[in-house]
Amino acid sequence: MTTILATPPRSGSSITTRKLSKTFNDVTVLQPTDLEIAAGEILVLLGPSGCGKTTLLRLIAGLEQPDQRDMIRFDGEDVGDVPIEKRNVGMVFQSYALFPNMTVAENVAYGLKIRKMPAAERAAETRRLLALVGLEELGNRRIAAISGGQRQRTALARALAIKPRVLLLDEPLAALDAVLRERLRVEIGSLLREFGTTAIYVTHDQAEAMAIGDRIAVMQQGRIAQIDVAQTIYHRPANEFVADFVGTMNRLKGKVLDGILVLEGIGTGARLAVGGVDRETTICFRPEAVRIASSAGDISARVIASTFFGATQRLVVEVAEGTSLQLDLPSSLSFRPGEIVSFDLDPQSVIEFHLKA
Amino acid sequence: MNMRWTTLSGVIVTALLTVFLILPVLVSIYAGLTANYARGLSAGFTFKWVEQVWDLYSDTVVRSILVAIATLIFTLLIGVPGAYALVRRGGRFARIVEEVITLPVAIPGLALALGLILAYGGFGSFRQSSLFIIVGHVLFTLPFMMRSVMAVLQTIDWKVLDEGAASLGASAWRRFFDVILPNVKQGVLAGALTVVTLSVGEFNLTWMMHTPLTKTLPVGLADAYASMRLEIASAYTLIFLLMIVPLLVGLQLVAGLTDKRSKL
Repeated sequence: MTTILATPPRSGSSITTRKLSKTFNDVTVLQPTDLEIAAGEILVLLGPSGCGKTTLLRLIAGLEQPDQRDMIRFDGEDVGDVPIEKRNVGMVFQSYALFPNMTVAENVAYGLKIRKMPAAERAAETRRLLALVGLEELGNRRIAAISGGQRQRTALARALAIKPRVLLLDEPLAALDAVLRERLRVEIGSLLREFGTTAIYVTHDQAEAMAIGDRIAVMQQGRIAQIDVAQTIYHRPANEFVADFVGTMNRLKGKVLDGILVLEGIGTGARLAVGGVDRETTICFRPEAVRIASSAGDISARVIASTFFGATQRLVVEVAEGTSLQLDLPSSLSFRPGEIVSFDLDPQSVIEFHLKA
Repeated sequence: MNMRWTTLSGVIVTALLTVFLILPVLVSIYAGLTANYARGLSAGFTFKWVEQVWDLYSDTVVRSILVAIATLIFTLLIGVPGAYALVRRGGRFARIVEEVITLPVAIPGLALALGLILAYGGFGSFRQSSLFIIVGHVLFTLPFMMRSVMAVLQTIDWKVLDEGAASLGASAWRRFFDVILPNVKQGVLAGALTVVTLSVGEFNLTWMMHTPLTKTLPVGLADAYASMRLEIASAYTLIFLLMIVPLLVGLQLVAGLTDKRSKL
């Protein structure tokens, strides 16, 4: 998540859905969903394939019809009867949907031509948009003659050209290679903020979601499992699905007696003050929630492997047969496979999903 | 050495086959230009027969061209939007429609013509006009246009192009003309080439359907073979070749040019 220092002017429509649902041949792909997106907000729909995120996007775009009337409103106005060509939404498709029979500039200008903008004005506006996405030199190229990243930028410029009420992006970076994806992720994020328009961004990539979204809606089996800012999604996931989908989560089984958690397994010896009633439980924590203990710590484990990541290293350790943990530690420390290490666990970072008395 | 031997034999076989296939064409041209085919070269060459054919049959040449153009226009108007509609709709219904449209190709031309005459022969002015021939030609050539366009539609992502243009505010008609049609141009051109070639050379159907006033070139040719000197019939073939070869080359050139442009 990028910290915004100066808030740019925000535009676009606010979007509200009320019990928005979609059923294809008796299969409900989107369960009734209530959503409030503020004008100028960037919302990311994050989830695995088949979770309904693209359907939700296409419903808002007008490419699919919702199950009933008056389920989607732009600025409080029902858009159910407004077809996509009248809805004034900017779309960026995964495959870009650029027109191969037109040049880069003609693609960007197409929406303006439909809107009957005078030629001179249209040319100037097209140049401005091409400059904005860094393609001012390539206006006369055919689509077949530009790279994937350049196509992506052309698609974005074309969608922004019509000054849409909402910009809808359907996995816009999925077709690019990893390095380019990482660079464009940052570029798109700042470009969307600069434009300040309402945007809905669909992705299955959590890093992309966190870099771009003001808020993230994590979707699971046709419904929104959690919608919040990135920090909350990461540190306070609403359920185990969200916890696993966004980042890495470690799990340990144990018993709480008199408010002290005793972990199962050989050699853990863990005793954590977590409070609450006596229960059997599974605790979850992120890899970075541990510190190396100077003496005997909360958890003892055997080092299996270590991967160097520059500032940190990812350590895989085994606390018991079949139970391993992933821990992020400073890379200045060195570990040998087979070595027994001892950790302290930050009780503040421990999450419990199922409380069983 | 072994490679060279096989290459050489390949060249020889190809050359022999080419000669075998092209010889009748050359002999026909020769026969059309020779003063007396039976006497051979010694009789000398003449344009007399070509002139006679032109005097007798120039109307069939013009009619063949007009029928081909009209057939092309009809197949474009029906076939291109029809192909798009079928691909858009998809499913079993579209497959059934495609089969039905293809049926006239499988049915013998004579049977098709008989059906048309039985059904519409009573409408005198329609029966006696070139339009009657054109209807037959459209029935016979339409599947070639449609299949050619459908094949290209299946290689482009028409759905996402259509959705992209829709999101930018284009109406259904504008979408078809601005982004679908230009991107299936290859299929339309290939289809047009086939339609024109088939229409100009069509004999089966046309022979059954024609009236003395609606003869096309191939029908006239049959007439000439049946009732005139061999030289006249051969001169007729020559005219046919002079007409069809530039037409085909021209269409190929147009197709090649647009192909290059779209790859730019």
